[in-house]
Amino acid sequence: MYDFAYHRPKSLAEAAAALKGKPEGRAMSGGMTLIPTLKQRLAKPSDVVDLNGIKELAGIKVEGGGVTIGGMTRHADVASSPEVKAAIPALAHLAGHIGDPQVRNRGTMGGSVANNDPAADYPAAVVALGATITTNTRKIAADDFFKGLFETALEDGELITAISFPKAEKAGYMKFPNPASRYAMVGVFVAKTAGGVRVAVTGAGPCVFRVKAMEEALARNFSSDAIKDIKIPAGDLNSDIHGSAEYRAHLVTVMARRAVDQANK
Amino acid sequence: MTAATGIGARVLRTEDKRFLTGTGRYVDDLPLARATYAYFLRSPHAHAKIKSLDTVAARAMPGVVAIFTGKDTADAKVGGLICGWVVKDKHGQPHKAPPHPVMALDTVRYVGDTVAMVVANSHDEARDAAEAIKVEYEVLPANVELSKAFDKGVPEVHPEAPGNMVYDWEIGVKADVDAAFAKAAHVTKLDIVNNRLIPNAMEPRAAAADYDKGTGNYTLWSTSQNPHVLRLILSAFVLGIPEHKLRVIAPDVGGGFGSKIFCYNEETMVTWAVSRVGRPIKWTAERSESFMTDAHGRDHVTHAELALDKDGKFLALKVDTIANMGAYLSTFSTAVPTYLYATLLAGQYTTPVIYANVRAALTHTAPVDAYRGAGRPEATFVVESIVSKAAAELKIDPAELRRKNFIPTSAFPYQTPVALQYDSGNYPPIIDEAIAIADYKGFEARRAEAKARGKLRGIGFSSYIEACGLGPSRVIGQLGGGVGQWESAQIKFNPTGNVQILTGAHSHGQSHETTFAQIVSDKLGVPIETVEVVHGDTATTPFGMGSYGSRSLAVGGSAIMKAADKIIAKGKKIAAHLMEADVADVVFEQGTFKVAGTDKAVPLGATVFAAYVPHNYPLEELEPGMDENAFYDPSNFVYPSGTQICEVEIDPETGMVEVVNHTAVDDFGNIVNPMIVDGQVHGGIAQGVGQALMENAVYDKETGQLVSGSFMDYTMPRADNVPSFKLGNKVTPCPHNPLGVKGCGEAGAIAAPAAVMNAVHDALAPLGVKHVPMPATSLNVWQAIHGGN
Repeated sequence: MYDFAYHRPKSLAEAAAALKGKPEGRAMSGGMTLIPTLKQRLAKPSDVVDLNGIKELAGIKVEGGGVTIGGMTRHADVASSPEVKAAIPALAHLAGHIGDPQVRNRGTMGGSVANNDPAADYPAAVVALGATITTNTRKIAADDFFKGLFETALEDGELITAISFPKAEKAGYMKFPNPASRYAMVGVFVAKTAGGVRVAVTGAGPCVFRVKAMEEALARNFSSDAIKDIKIPAGDLNSDIHGSAEYRAHLVTVMARRAVDQANK
Repeated sequence: MTAATGIGARVLRTEDKRFLTGTGRYVDDLPLARATYAYFLRSPHAHAKIKSLDTVAARAMPGVVAIFTGKDTADAKVGGLICGWVVKDKHGQPHKAPPHPVMALDTVRYVGDTVAMVVANSHDEARDAAEAIKVEYEVLPANVELSKAFDKGVPEVHPEAPGNMVYDWEIGVKADVDAAFAKAAHVTKLDIVNNRLIPNAMEPRAAAADYDKGTGNYTLWSTSQNPHVLRLILSAFVLGIPEHKLRVIAPDVGGGFGSKIFCYNEETMVTWAVSRVGRPIKWTAERSESFMTDAHGRDHVTHAELALDKDGKFLALKVDTIANMGAYLSTFSTAVPTYLYATLLAGQYTTPVIYANVRAALTHTAPVDAYRGAGRPEATFVVESIVSKAAAELKIDPAELRRKNFIPTSAFPYQTPVALQYDSGNYPPIIDEAIAIADYKGFEARRAEAKARGKLRGIGFSSYIEACGLGPSRVIGQLGGGVGQWESAQIKFNPTGNVQILTGAHSHGQSHETTFAQIVSDKLGVPIETVEVVHGDTATTPFGMGSYGSRSLAVGGSAIMKAADKIIAKGKKIAAHLMEADVADVVFEQGTFKVAGTDKAVPLGATVFAAYVPHNYPLEELEPGMDENAFYDPSNFVYPSGTQICEVEIDPETGMVEVVNHTAVDDFGNIVNPMIVDGQVHGGIAQGVGQALMENAVYDKETGQLVSGSFMDYTMPRADNVPSFKLGNKVTPCPHNPLGVKGCGEAGAIAAPAAVMNAVHDALAPLGVKHVPMPATSLNVWQAIHGGN
């Protein structure tokens, strides 16, 4: 890796200060994407601000029936949390199937959401559950947060402190993994909350997206049969050696149906 | 004493203590004082002219010790890397052998081709400096698609091989095959691609070199499967360092699968540069470099036709294959799709006439060479795919069609129409056993049960034959091989009675330290814990050929048996002297020399002590010491055989294939350590399942970029991709080696791809699917079901 200045702040304020005025600076939470990128010399940040010293960023709280999860909470902690399992079992299930045990014990929810990898699992849950992302400066609704390929609403120096999820009446997540990387080639999160039914898809396109036709059908009848004939256009979807856009489009419907079945179990 | 550790015992692996406790010593672990570190600048283009190469800025970078380019090696007259097997084409002409410079001179020919070597005080400094080298490339169109490599207008990789043709080779008599086809009641046709694989040994390739200015001696530590052969190539052909001045050590090596047989640029450059740098040089490939530059495997495009009579007897087989060689001819690349492939096309069958035409192509991709099975998996995939396809077309049970055409047990030794003479075999009981273990009878019920769950279940057979235990040197020489294929062994007793076995074979996962010790423990009656196996160092072991082609036990083990015989013969003479008996009356039983019919006995240890302290010893007739050498050259290859039965379930909605049952019954001849053999079969099947369902080296057809250049895109099989294997074995001892053993290292990988793919086709047959390309990824299966993309 290339040289960079390393910072390990103890508070959110110190972290924000360390990043201020450093357009090439990068915050690091679990480092599950950043460190391999650095080792392969694919990134050359001026500064790396390690958030692992900030105790206030980790933890899970029950709030208003839903859960608020600190940005630095590890996937393994989300997966095993009794609070998350009680409020949104599908979210715990999703967290328990990210990467491998090493990744789950190191990677964080905030890091994953801020990175917005098109094949990451969490963005599907955040959008489908209509979560709210809290940063050190503001609150951002899920629908306004994910902007495109590796692109979010976060400003330079803005850090995710927590993500609040409403309680789900029903929710399910089904992932078809890329056979090599085991990232989501298509991952579909369906949720029925006080805010209505949402269907969010990760892995298939350049960025997480909702399928309104499925949401409307499921709002009328929350069963897999209700969406079995809803096809999504392949046009904007990803295509690579593991899956053509047409195959991914097909898988969205299959995974959505299976996610609904899981939610109804 | 020896029963629990002798031949046939499930002895736990001696080497596991150090491997499992992290105390193995690999090349990268070597502490070398004042070491420098090499980094290789590689071509980012598949095909380009090097217009200019400017190292001035790089040389001024911190920590840089030296930078070498192709001009430096050319000026120093460093020889090119060699291809050690001359294949003569159908007109008797030797294959086209374009130069393979250790560093690119003015042209780069694949992504990863070596452009410059930077030596610095640290790896990072070397890499920093490499990035500061300015290379101006003129990017040229690349020849990437194998099936089009011979087409007009396709860019040539080397002017020495016009039209990218390395050779146009054939075996068999085409007219005889055509005549048989004219009489056929049925012809089955098959078009298949044998997908290209990237070996991915757990330990990447590494090399470290040191030079002693006072003596002029070089030492190279390399992740080699055959250190003596590597030294021979470097000395005789590439660097000109006399053999006695070059010591090659291959210490613990973490897997090879063939990819570490060959002589590579990097180890050559590290050795060449070390005397110029004046400090030791270390290099370890990064994983990305392994993907780009380890010799890849397989990569055939094949059309085959099988002619059958009205009763389903095979009349003739014809095969047309294009084999990818990559951009340069790797060490044994030319032999793989010819003598290790087409000679296996008889399989287990009596097919009376066979014709194969193999054309080897150059492309702008990494060199292709032997990979676990080397040619034999490709042959088995052709034969076993077309046999199962014929069975499906003729609505004959696939096991029945195989049985109908098996070489009868009474026919051995059996001369095939494609050069080989099978020494032994007994195929019907193997398939019977596999059918019993796999519960073939119960399959239709399982298929119906799966269907009720929405899954398509299929079953596939693969009855393989393998010629391994390379090999009879005279035959190898007649076929164009440039080396002998015997093996050496030395059994050296120490005065206190413990034993060292020095072998020319090399273990990089095969468990020689356990298996070879078992042989000596059994044969000489010594406790296994007093036996040490020494390998992998040209300074301490006798010249040997290394390990590949499932040869270590059949050839190396036989050499150990010969050396043990010499120990016993000498011990008898000593014992006769000590017991004042006639040598002819002395027998050796379980570690003790006895005079038949008396109670006189001398343990082997006493003869060893007498040999080293020869106070009461027949010095007039016998040399002191107990240290015997043997070389063993086999009279034939060995021919393991077996049948695998695979059962898959396919999710028709996603195309996902799951291997739910996999049975393998093998005939490996006598078995020394069943646990280790089971492990070899497990690993081989996992690799075969990997090839069948997952692994695929993909180059961009236009740019020649390696798309599957990391584990993010190259799918390795994992534990959850395979079921618990069901194994069985039948024993037909090899009639021509002293242990009666055949090879087991490659069988799993040879048979599995066809078994899996036949199961996939069987599962999809109800949907009318005729062909799924290998690997049967979920995408390929889904596309096959839906007729396109």
